[in-house]
Amino acid sequence: MRILVKGAGVAGLTVAWQLYRHGFDVTIHERAEKVGQGASGFAGGMLAPWCERESAEEPVLTLGRLAADWWEAALPGHVQRRGTLVVAGGRDAGELDRFARRTSGWEWLDEQAIAALEPNLAGRFRKALFFRQEAHLDPRKALSALTAGLEEARMRFLFGPGDGAAHHDRVVDCTGAARIGHVPNLRGVRGEMLRLETSDISLSRPVRLLHPRHPIYIVPRERNHFMVGATMIESDDAGPITARSLMELLNAAYALHPAFGEARLVDTGAGIRPAYPDNLPQVTEEGDTLHVNGLYRHGFLLAPAMAGEVARRLLAGHAQPERMAS
Amino acid sequence: MLKVYDIDVQSRLLLGTARYPSPSILAEAVRRSKTEIVTVSLRRETSGGKSGGAFFELIRDLGVRVLPNTAGCHSVKEAVLTAKMARDVFRTDWIKLEVIGHHDTLQPDVFGLVEAARILTGEGFKVFPYTTDDLVVAERLLEAGCRVLMPWCAPIGSAMGPVNPTALKSFRAHFPDVPLIVDAGIGRPSHAAEVMERGYDAVLLNTAVAGAGDPAAMAEAFALAIAAGRLAHKAVPLEPRDMAVPSTPVIGKAVFS
Repeated sequence: MRILVKGAGVAGLTVAWQLYRHGFDVTIHERAEKVGQGASGFAGGMLAPWCERESAEEPVLTLGRLAADWWEAALPGHVQRRGTLVVAGGRDAGELDRFARRTSGWEWLDEQAIAALEPNLAGRFRKALFFRQEAHLDPRKALSALTAGLEEARMRFLFGPGDGAAHHDRVVDCTGAARIGHVPNLRGVRGEMLRLETSDISLSRPVRLLHPRHPIYIVPRERNHFMVGATMIESDDAGPITARSLMELLNAAYALHPAFGEARLVDTGAGIRPAYPDNLPQVTEEGDTLHVNGLYRHGFLLAPAMAGEVARRLLAGHAQPERMAS
Repeated sequence: MLKVYDIDVQSRLLLGTARYPSPSILAEAVRRSKTEIVTVSLRRETSGGKSGGAFFELIRDLGVRVLPNTAGCHSVKEAVLTAKMARDVFRTDWIKLEVIGHHDTLQPDVFGLVEAARILTGEGFKVFPYTTDDLVVAERLLEAGCRVLMPWCAPIGSAMGPVNPTALKSFRAHFPDVPLIVDAGIGRPSHAAEVMERGYDAVLLNTAVAGAGDPAAMAEAFALAIAAGRLAHKAVPLEPRDMAVPSTPVIGKAVFS
């Protein structure tokens, strides 16, 4: 059984990987020149279902808590299991209590414990929430590694316009935001991010700074890089970051630590996250096509669960894999 | 029945649409609150997308009247421009006018507010001005053509509830015939009940519902509190006294003390 996976973002590559592992013959078609050119490339890469539960519904936690293991199994060494630190400025201390009331899986840290965990934040916050079970990865590295793994396994990649002429039996459409306007109720939620570079501060794990108006997160990357994100704007405008958003993200980074004031702004980006009205992803069927969409701000977190669902449906539908499962 | 700009509405709760966990939860909150008017903010990039704003489609599908707002506008020009965009997007001449004067407190720039209100009413808009509890500013807004006033009871999103009951009382007394909608600062249903008891005509909420653990349940709680406050106002509540008054008549007792 030959499967054509459309779209080489986090959804498409995750699905392709899962299907390859089940022994299917997979071709991946991506309209762009290379993988990860949509929202996935701008993702934070946080595998943080306990934190996300603050505003997301229960499935984000039940499905998302399996994500770190999936990524670790697929890409050994990519997942950093160092937890998430959640802090708030003095005036917003109430936000921290509210966050705690709406989540689970955390422990309170005092000033000393914060300093032990993140020495650079010593003395800056009196208390914090620590989500020990959470993890993160570098999205661009992870997507490249999945691609390399699939290529090594002789799965085919087709890039550019057209719909992938190769013969196939079933299609899995993972084109995300490209489906907005074609699928009822699918909308775009714009997210803007930026990358800073500084050797004046280091962090070991994602830090979330709560603020009633602009909650942000900072995820440390290799080579003194920090990803700062992300705005949430009801729009599918993919234009460059606005001055206002840039100002707000930078302000928040500066509030976390003044060292970010001296950092270099390496790049900025904006991506469109596809979302259904409940902000939860879905696998739907239409003819011989399975659609995976609506991953919203939970691409890396929920794509593994969606990929598992796609594999289950294809296996249940009397589909015999082409090869023996590896 | 509340009448605003010649439109009759049953519900005295106006609901904001920002910052809900998801559009589905927003829709459920609207349903359970039985609100008939929702406010929507328009940001320039929001309407820039290719699908013409799928979020706005969702709002229109709620089946309630839309009161677009100019949230986040810091100048008269920006507010007027946003109001005109909103008229095109939502095909309504209603506009909730906000001109923010201070980034941190989100206090209205009352000078800009009056100026923008004058421009917009001149262009046929029906303006709902978000203002402070200052009486003179309110008079200027009425002169500018506003037929509704929306004073704050505390800063936007602060959830403090009425911080200056005396001002709210004199505001109501000063404008007995103008529909007054308390906009901003309400945190809990008891706050909403309190301003309704004081004779305000309606309450506009957003964060208190959107930020609650269960927004839909909180929306319903607010609807109940607002209805209770309104009923209490019409029933004429007691005025507080500084001494005890027995609730059981003492006539007929042998000895008065």
